Amino acid sequence: MAKEYETVIGLEVHVELATKTKIFCGCSTEFGGEPNTHTCPVCTGMPGSLPVLNKQVVEYAMAVGLATNCQIHQKCKFDRKNYFYPDNPQNYQISQLYLPICHDGWVEIEMEEGKKKVGIHEIHMEEDAGKLIHDEWEDCSMVDFNRSGVPLIEIVSEPDMRSAQEVIAYLDKLRLIIQYLGASDCKLQEGSMRADVNLSVREKGSEVYGTRTEMKNLNSFKAIARAIEGEKNRQIDLLEDGHTVTQETRRWDDAKEASYPMRSKEDAQDYRYFPDPDLVPIVISDEWLEEIRSRQPELRTDKLERYKQEFDIPQYDAEILTSSKRLADLFEATTAICQKPKKVSNWLMGETLRLLKEHSQEPEAISFSPENLAKLIQLVDEGTINNKAAKEVFEQIFTEDADPEAYVEEHGLKSVSDERELRRVIEEIVAANPQSVADYKGGKKKAIGFLVGQTMKAMKGKADPGAVNKILQEILQ
Amino acid sequence: MDILNLTAIRLSEKIRGKELTAMEATEAVLKQIASKESAYGCYVTVEEEKAMEQARQVQKRIESGELNGPLAGVPVAIKDNICTKGIRTTCSSRILENFVPTYTATAAEAMERAGAVVLGKTNMDEFAMGSTTETSFYKVTKNPWNPEHAPGGSSGGSCAAVAAKECICALGSDTGGSIRQPSSFCGVTGMKPTYGAVSRYGLIAYGSSLDQIGPVAKDVADCAAMLEILAVHDPKDSTSVKMKETDFTAALTRDVKGLRVGIPRDYLGEGLDPQVQAVVEQAARELEKQGAVVEEFDLSLVEYAIPAYYVIASAEASSNLSRFDGVKYGYRTEEYGGLHNMYKKTRSEGFGEEVKRRIMLGSFVLSSGYYDAYYLKALRTKALIKQAFDRAFEKYDVILGPTAPATAPKLGESLKDPLKMYLGDIYTVSVNLAGLPAMSVPFGMDSQNLPIGVQLIGNSFQEKTIIRAGYALESTRQWQMPETKKGGE
Repeated sequence: MAKEYETVIGLEVHVELATKTKIFCGCSTEFGGEPNTHTCPVCTGMPGSLPVLNKQVVEYAMAVGLATNCQIHQKCKFDRKNYFYPDNPQNYQISQLYLPICHDGWVEIEMEEGKKKVGIHEIHMEEDAGKLIHDEWEDCSMVDFNRSGVPLIEIVSEPDMRSAQEVIAYLDKLRLIIQYLGASDCKLQEGSMRADVNLSVREKGSEVYGTRTEMKNLNSFKAIARAIEGEKNRQIDLLEDGHTVTQETRRWDDAKEASYPMRSKEDAQDYRYFPDPDLVPIVISDEWLEEIRSRQPELRTDKLERYKQEFDIPQYDAEILTSSKRLADLFEATTAICQKPKKVSNWLMGETLRLLKEHSQEPEAISFSPENLAKLIQLVDEGTINNKAAKEVFEQIFTEDADPEAYVEEHGLKSVSDERELRRVIEEIVAANPQSVADYKGGKKKAIGFLVGQTMKAMKGKADPGAVNKILQEILQ
Repeated sequence: MDILNLTAIRLSEKIRGKELTAMEATEAVLKQIASKESAYGCYVTVEEEKAMEQARQVQKRIESGELNGPLAGVPVAIKDNICTKGIRTTCSSRILENFVPTYTATAAEAMERAGAVVLGKTNMDEFAMGSTTETSFYKVTKNPWNPEHAPGGSSGGSCAAVAAKECICALGSDTGGSIRQPSSFCGVTGMKPTYGAVSRYGLIAYGSSLDQIGPVAKDVADCAAMLEILAVHDPKDSTSVKMKETDFTAALTRDVKGLRVGIPRDYLGEGLDPQVQAVVEQAARELEKQGAVVEEFDLSLVEYAIPAYYVIASAEASSNLSRFDGVKYGYRTEEYGGLHNMYKKTRSEGFGEEVKRRIMLGSFVLSSGYYDAYYLKALRTKALIKQAFDRAFEKYDVILGPTAPATAPKLGESLKDPLKMYLGDIYTVSVNLAGLPAMSVPFGMDSQNLPIGVQLIGNSFQEKTIIRAGYALESTRQWQMPETKKGGE
């Protein structure tokens, strides 16, 4: 009889904050740029330079802490983490060890079995490192300090998760909260959200934790799920074969679906943390904390309930719309203009998501304006264009944020709603198709479809099918 | 005109009064450097052409009426751990042999804005670690009063340059006495301001929580005038403080009536050269004569200051100096195999013995398992020392004592016994630990004709009080500077 095992998982999540400037200097945080163009004496570690804290970093960290039910250390400090590596210009990273800004929080995740709280041990602020570029041809390495000093928060969970599903639900929850706060765009692929997985296994029912490993280099939710599955099985196999698990850091290779040891606990470095004497303690007054609290935007759970109430849309719609801050913002902005929530919802959930999928994009990539979507809805409602034309116009809105009125005009997509003109065309069609008319009058009601089709063809698709149907029925009476 | 013997205030008066030009002043001092530098070795780098060009610019600004302060046209020296854009800044270390900063330190920039002409960069103990300027990679600086003796350190180059008239005044830095002790040894006036009074931006850090830039000059008035220019809040330094009162020259009154002066009994007696003690006592009598109330008291904790200082300063230094790794700037070893070997060889070859000793000491006290026993304990000691001073300043306005236990040692003697050298910092380091302002004012000579300074310590941001007391003492000084006695130049 095989033993039953339980997986115990805790996460360290790094999130790049959406500040315009770096954490300790005025350099831009903009992604890309020629190497070493977003740099200054401070973020390149020039002798004599000194860090000055960007207040916005503290505000974002507080906002994330409050949204995840954390306590805030109203007097916190920065510490230096000392280690030598060329991407780290000072050979120490400014981080928080002894007094992190947030601690003891939790978020709730929804699983099929019900709701579950995942504890948050702490959230601390720190600076990102530069990027090493290895030139194989020249056999040398170069360093780009554009990323050096970009602000990060590290969210350290308690070891409260038990499966890959729970981990994904937790990450998704964090991502949504942080996106809603505007504190980060949280893109895993681009590295603005990165997760390290601490995992151990133990026999079901055991109270003590097994030896854990830390897994790095996880660049997508899928990679995280695969890595968890792989590491769980690796540890169980070790135990089953009578071996022990070594406490170590491992690197996940998603292409090979396997992990490799990076360093063990024995050669773990002593970071010689100590309070950074160049920075004064951060004192967060009650007033400042209250100000941040009062500025907290509506988070997803509240928004979802409000959508159902205020806009009378179904649970399913509300869930999808609020699953992305961008979608929700667009929904509200468009609805505010056209006052047709269900129609807005339909466009977003239908065509928008379809096109996103077609372009392999996330909702955050949506670039069209609520004004143009509202105009489109208006054009359809007025019968100026039919649904088929509307889809064509929407594609232009989606890709280029085209003005639907101008586009319809330019491409002659207007439905012909002039009834006299329409009636004249229909009368011609009826006269030209006596057999179909006879079939219809003889009881084959379907025959009207052929006549509608013929009319639409003659009108080059610009007629409103509803109106065509109505006139045909009148004539055939 | 005897340009070299003028103070900054007098010289700038004459330049502004069109008695001479900034170029003439700079030329005169450069001539003095050319004739005396081989004897004293005050500078790591002298920038003659840049200085002359700067003098011409300053002269234009004076003529246009833009400059009317006490540094207008004054030739100055800057310690070589203060960054100067376009001028090599080495910290007297091999590892920064070829380092030319891309920016100027806030304090040096303030001097230049006020019209000072930068002559060059002065020699120092490597990374300000030492008490004699002998740990410099480049040269040994000699005491202008007697070239067989050390100028003190670490700002030995700045202090010797002022004494030798190789500049009018200078910037130094003080982490554990590095302005005050060489000022005492060289017979010049040097001041360590309150921590936070002068921006550290651009000062290459040794012990960040203790470092302060300060003035070195011929007299108290020049120090006060320089401090008015230097003590400006700097948003680029998080530890910079906006001081309420910065009219330091207003304290040049010689009025010490009713001033309460305390002399720590723990500073006198054992370990103190009787000749130095005699000068301190004489200074006390002088202040009393002018109306101050002087008494002895027990400061306590004096014996803990040195261990606490060396733990904290070395810990911070071990981290501050880790950026010198051969990757981005400065010295890199010739041959190496791989990254870690490059780090190891570069740092082994680039740093001198004393710097390596302190990096190792600092790394040790921060190591896991030792952090609480050494580093945290030292921080607690620092807090207790501050409290002891707080109690003293409830009773006294100024604390008077020796700057150093003895006068300038002979060259080559101190480095043989680093522990003994560290003990020489006993009267100065506690001031840095407590973040207080203090100055060394020359007040006597020993039997070998070497100068003796007395130290005046004030409460936080009470620079004006020590300036007042120092100015009163100075007014009774009888002797003149070494090069003056030989008739000046």
